[in-house]
Amino acid sequence: MADTPVLIASGISLTIGQATLLNHVDLAIMSGEMIAIVGPNGAGKSTLLRLLSADLRASRGAITLKGRDLHSWSPAELAMRRAMLSQHVSVSFPFTVEEVVQMGRGNLPLASAQSLVDAAIDEVGLGDFRHRELPTLSGGEQQRAHFARILVQLACGEAAHGPGILLLDEPTSSLDLRHQIELVEISRQRARSGTAVIAVLHDLNLAVRFADRIIVMRSGAVAAEGTPSETITSDVIRRVFDIDVAVARTDDGAPYLLPQMMQQIATSTSVTG
Amino acid sequence: MTAADAKLTAFVRTKGRVRRPATIAVLCGLSAALLLTVLLAATVGAAGIPLSRLPAALGLSAADPGNSFAARDQLILWSIRIPRIAIAAMIGGMLGAAGAIMQGLFRNPLADPALVGVSSGGAFAAAGAIVISDSRFAHYVAFLQPFLLPLAAFIGSLLTTIILYRISSRSGRTSIALFLLAGIAIAAIANAGIGLLVFIADDRQLRDITFWLLGSLSGATWSKAATIAPMLALGLIGMLFTSRGLDVLILGESEAFHSGVDVERLKRICIVLVSVMTGAAVSVCGVIGFVGIVVPHLLRLMIGPGHRLLLPASVGLGASLLVGADTLARTIVAPAEMPIGILTAAVGAPIFLLILLRQRGLVGL
Repeated sequence: MADTPVLIASGISLTIGQATLLNHVDLAIMSGEMIAIVGPNGAGKSTLLRLLSADLRASRGAITLKGRDLHSWSPAELAMRRAMLSQHVSVSFPFTVEEVVQMGRGNLPLASAQSLVDAAIDEVGLGDFRHRELPTLSGGEQQRAHFARILVQLACGEAAHGPGILLLDEPTSSLDLRHQIELVEISRQRARSGTAVIAVLHDLNLAVRFADRIIVMRSGAVAAEGTPSETITSDVIRRVFDIDVAVARTDDGAPYLLPQMMQQIATSTSVTG
Repeated sequence: MTAADAKLTAFVRTKGRVRRPATIAVLCGLSAALLLTVLLAATVGAAGIPLSRLPAALGLSAADPGNSFAARDQLILWSIRIPRIAIAAMIGGMLGAAGAIMQGLFRNPLADPALVGVSSGGAFAAAGAIVISDSRFAHYVAFLQPFLLPLAAFIGSLLTTIILYRISSRSGRTSIALFLLAGIAIAAIANAGIGLLVFIADDRQLRDITFWLLGSLSGATWSKAATIAPMLALGLIGMLFTSRGLDVLILGESEAFHSGVDVERLKRICIVLVSVMTGAAVSVCGVIGFVGIVVPHLLRLMIGPGHRLLLPASVGLGASLLVGADTLARTIVAPAEMPIGILTAAVGAPIFLLILLRQRGLVGL
């Protein structure tokens, strides 16, 4: 398994009506690898993730998971091999944090999953909130509760079928700085034990810290792909985000963006020209 | 962090901790409540049967030689009161469960089969069946008796639920405002249809339709009980396969799919279950509103929203509630009877308003 990718998307496109949301994207992820997908709003990042999770079906191209066509797995089989955290999950009924996290266990009896549930709740730091109703918590706390639910799903699946894949759609959008880092660390830990992780991220610095490989998207296509050093360059960022930005290097050579040096290209050209 | 912030944090941490009662305690409590209401319903009525004469009337013990009422008691109990209690319990249970399933399916605590026109759709089809079965087309449907009315009500409810779902759901999200408004429109259409049937019906059909639409249980018989019992059984069995899926469905259709639920299949099962149970209830006693909204709401406050316990508990509480309401309906203005729909609406409508007010932000109307 180490040499063949867990998930392979070849030439996938999605067209809805006249609009092409995704245009011929190739992607392959190995077991234990962490990929970040970045790009401006509307670049097709979430669409790509929804295709990879089998939520949507590609108009062209094929996706295989563990050597089998993605859509040939039943929903239950799929859930044991890939876990997906969506961007916005709203719960209108008063489930407690613990009850929501327990939902991640799928068809497993509660007794055999409870230790995983406890571990996940502690891992995301919601121990104090275990018996609180989810709708009463803040956006970030709710997001962490759903992350814990996904961790339980992943753990249950991996216990039965070996390393799976973890898809995260802007998992840090409502999180404070500390919890962003924690989420990244938790995901990295999963990758170390073989999970393939793909996350859509907005914060490029977090993406650099997060990923072995970064896929930069623009207008439904891959604009750049490679290691953080290869992809997070002022050239790529100018091309994709239409802003000028200073990219510095940390001591270990990882790139990072200096926000105070950002400028819209239109403004900068008018100044220089 | 300022002192005010710290205070707020401390408040938030201790506030809102929820303790759920043990499953076994809930089920025992509900069973006890049902038993008590049934005992009450058996003893109270136009002809009272005191508790002391109940065992004899039930045939559990030999009649006291000095008891001249034994034969009368037995007749009333076995041919009038017990079938009526059984039907009230079954219908209450089905309406409670149908409400709970529907609320899970639509991810919306305001869903109720009667409120959004599902019962009216069933009633329209059933009224149509009454007119047809008494017309020159009667021999086409004769082979369906005595299942004609429940079958028609089921088909009417099923079509209404499907239409409602199609209208109010788009790409896995259900709009609550759209759902309620569409429900009102569908109920209006169904009621117009019933009005039309009343208009074209002859005197005898009219009496049948009106009597049945009033929503009274006074026509309860053993054969009616036997007709709807299989539908309750179907509902109870179906529930076993929906409870986990409904829990996850609350998070949204995508999330339910991601966690391994076959969403399309679950939705189909739920729509059929709601329609079978609503149709069965409607076919016996017309449209009884608000049971489906009050019962799950009260239960969620007590035991939480988990469907594994909520669904069976809704059956239990719905049964107690309707047996109690029917007992009240037949004693409150004795010797006359009040239509039970009036009672359930009088209790249910204020509770509905209360939920609406608490959820005002969420509904976004």
